[in-house]
Amino acid sequence: MSNKQNQPQDEKERIGVYVCHCGSNIAGVVDVEDVAVWAKEELGDQGVVVSRDYKFMCSSLGQEMIENDIKEQGLNRVVVAACSPHLHEATFRKACERAGLNPYLSELVSIREQVSWVHTDKEKATEKAKAMVAGGVERVIENEPLEPLRVPIHPATLVVGGGIAGIQAALEIADAGYQVYMVEREPSIGGHMAQFDKTFPTLDCAACILTPKMVSVGEHPNIELLTWSEVERVEGYVGNFSVTVRKRPRYVDTDLCTGCGICWEKCPKKVIDEDFEQGLGYRTAVYTPFPQAVPKYPVIDTESCIFFANGKCKACEKLCPTGAINFDQEEEILLLEVGNIIIATGFDTFDARRIPEYGYGRLANVFTSVEFERMCNAAGPTNGEVVLRDGVTKPEAVGIVHCVGSRDRNYNNYCSVICCMSSLKFAHLVKERTGAEVYNFYIDMRTAYKDYDEFYQRVMEEGVLFVRGRVAEITDATRNPGEEGKLVVQVEDTLAGRQRRIPVDMAILSVGLQPPSDTKEVAQRFGISCSASGWITEKHPKLDPVATMTEGIFIAGAIQGPKDIPTSVAQGAAAAARVLGRINKGEMYLEPIRATVDPEKCSGCRICNNLCPFGAIIFHEDLMVTEINHALCQGCGTCVAACPAGAISGTGFSNEQVLSQIEGLLAYSFPKDFELVEMVPA
Amino acid sequence: MSEQFEPVIIGFTCNWCSYRAADMAGTARIKYPPNIRLVRLMCSGRLDPTFVLKALSEGADGVLITGCHPGECHYLEQNYKALRRYRLLLKTIAQMGIEPERVKLVWASAAEGVQLARAITTFVEEIRALGPLRWPLRLAEMDIKETAAVEEVVA
Repeated sequence: MSNKQNQPQDEKERIGVYVCHCGSNIAGVVDVEDVAVWAKEELGDQGVVVSRDYKFMCSSLGQEMIENDIKEQGLNRVVVAACSPHLHEATFRKACERAGLNPYLSELVSIREQVSWVHTDKEKATEKAKAMVAGGVERVIENEPLEPLRVPIHPATLVVGGGIAGIQAALEIADAGYQVYMVEREPSIGGHMAQFDKTFPTLDCAACILTPKMVSVGEHPNIELLTWSEVERVEGYVGNFSVTVRKRPRYVDTDLCTGCGICWEKCPKKVIDEDFEQGLGYRTAVYTPFPQAVPKYPVIDTESCIFFANGKCKACEKLCPTGAINFDQEEEILLLEVGNIIIATGFDTFDARRIPEYGYGRLANVFTSVEFERMCNAAGPTNGEVVLRDGVTKPEAVGIVHCVGSRDRNYNNYCSVICCMSSLKFAHLVKERTGAEVYNFYIDMRTAYKDYDEFYQRVMEEGVLFVRGRVAEITDATRNPGEEGKLVVQVEDTLAGRQRRIPVDMAILSVGLQPPSDTKEVAQRFGISCSASGWITEKHPKLDPVATMTEGIFIAGAIQGPKDIPTSVAQGAAAAARVLGRINKGEMYLEPIRATVDPEKCSGCRICNNLCPFGAIIFHEDLMVTEINHALCQGCGTCVAACPAGAISGTGFSNEQVLSQIEGLLAYSFPKDFELVEMVPA
Repeated sequence: MSEQFEPVIIGFTCNWCSYRAADMAGTARIKYPPNIRLVRLMCSGRLDPTFVLKALSEGADGVLITGCHPGECHYLEQNYKALRRYRLLLKTIAQMGIEPERVKLVWASAAEGVQLARAITTFVEEIRALGPLRWPLRLAEMDIKETAAVEEVVA
């Protein structure tokens, strides 16, 4: 029933079918013995000469069984009915290769993910498994022997995002002796960690552990730091990416600037710093976000600079001792050639204004966790003093609200991971600096990982009070005596089983983490995808958390999902290790899934010419035929499907393979409630 | 066949999104009816409309085409091309006397195992309600009529 015209007659298929039990994962629902017996009996005409079932096909014994059959029974095609090809396709291909069979003459049929794990009716599941095996057998007959594509790996790496995860990744690769380009959108690297005062659970100072790493990045001979810059375009594929970076003008000549700071000391224009200081402090129009910024060069904020508004001032230019200020600087477009890319673009915090009942932005003494971080920081707007919005009054009672925007169906369903621990840290810092009464309002305490729960116990012993329940409202509307002039936290204490109104002077909202607002666009730019909650999807949630489904693009840190500093650092290092492995090997092998034009069949109609987003399709005007550049082709097959002349073939997913698979899938499941044979004219 | 009609459905999946969504549905043990059989393609853009016609002519009662959400295509924009072809295909099959509802396009990202399982369940019920297509039978009938017509002309 398959299209065998292009098969030499004397080379009859000898197909082996191997049905895996996967313990009870498959055998618990699918009658695997029946499938194996059926395949031998029913698919004998298709060339099935061996059909076996085995407990664990992927075990070395299972693989050896296949290898022996290939050698002893002269199999020239193999179908394994087991799990998803995304798990074990490579395993069985290697087994075939070891036995001397071209690995692409095998086919893995997913009767676990697509049958036993999703169906309950044993009879129907077995029937479906048989149909899928038949589809696999019909398809494998059309498989062609292929050779994997070899691609060289360019030794340079792009790291996008200069937070702690990106810094770690960049340093690992640069220390190993390879070129790294680090692109950071802000004027300085450091990310969120640079804003913090202390880090849980050890309470070591964030700046003390972060800034040495920042300095290493800035000084490293192998790292080219591109701050105030963004990736605009990514072209190419693993090993050979061409990346376009837009470098915004700083209006400061970095070759001349010494970072002395005279410009920002003398700048007459003060504006509220909404970014780094979270609106609690001021900065000038020419500024570095914080004193330890790397690079040390300031930027001029054109929106607030007096010169850019009315053409006057130029105080910085006049006072700069090295003449580094340059108002005529223009943006630069840089083209980078890299082999691998690590995306470490981190997170944004949840906008607390979205929960109006918590009063943020309306009630002065409701703060977000990031504001509180800045307040605690000795270099911050209050010099480390914990005070109310008036800047002087110390609070006597502080309420810390957990899970703001997290674990909440109205906002983000997921747990933001870090907020329990940072809330405990805040509780400790408030106690230490003000002696105030501290209430933590939590849903569940999540203090997993090393030394975290010990920190929780320490904070409890320090006398911090814990109320289990989601806060309903924070209000300044007083009802009872003792509430005057206070913020009242209305909460259902679910352990005491009653509503409580707790008056406090200050409320801190532990806002959750969410993907940066432009993550979707970033994902599109790099050809990767986001999960339903917006974080970037990893290749495998457990076994490959730093790779993506696009070869050569890795992720590290919070962009993969909320995580704390140690895990972000670990992921940065892990992504770097993956990249270094690639660089050291110098080349890698890709699936040979590519489209090819048969010039004899091509009519030169050019229908396919506009379909390729990778520019792989070239039209030869002189010959009036189209050609596909295999180095640029990504193997999607859109042109194959479009060619009206059938002149384009796609390896791995040819028309013959797909059509035969469809035949096989349907041949044995055709509804038998009418007789087709009788209807066909003789 | 006294019990309810069990349609047979062919589902075309994209290697990067919906095939992985099917994997995820499996890993999470999300149940859906066994009436669907999936074919993996590299991209919904690879879907030659012939594949759909082939499935229907081989006895499928419905065809589910799945691809990455608009704007999320692994190959940048090929799912838009699949969408275009799908629109044309619906018109074509309607002219052949097949209910366009028998061919459906849905988007499912790699993370949407639950959504894919739900889409499959819904589609199986929709095709069950439409009843069997029996296109091979109809094609055979057409052959007979055509042969008869030709014979008549010849006679």
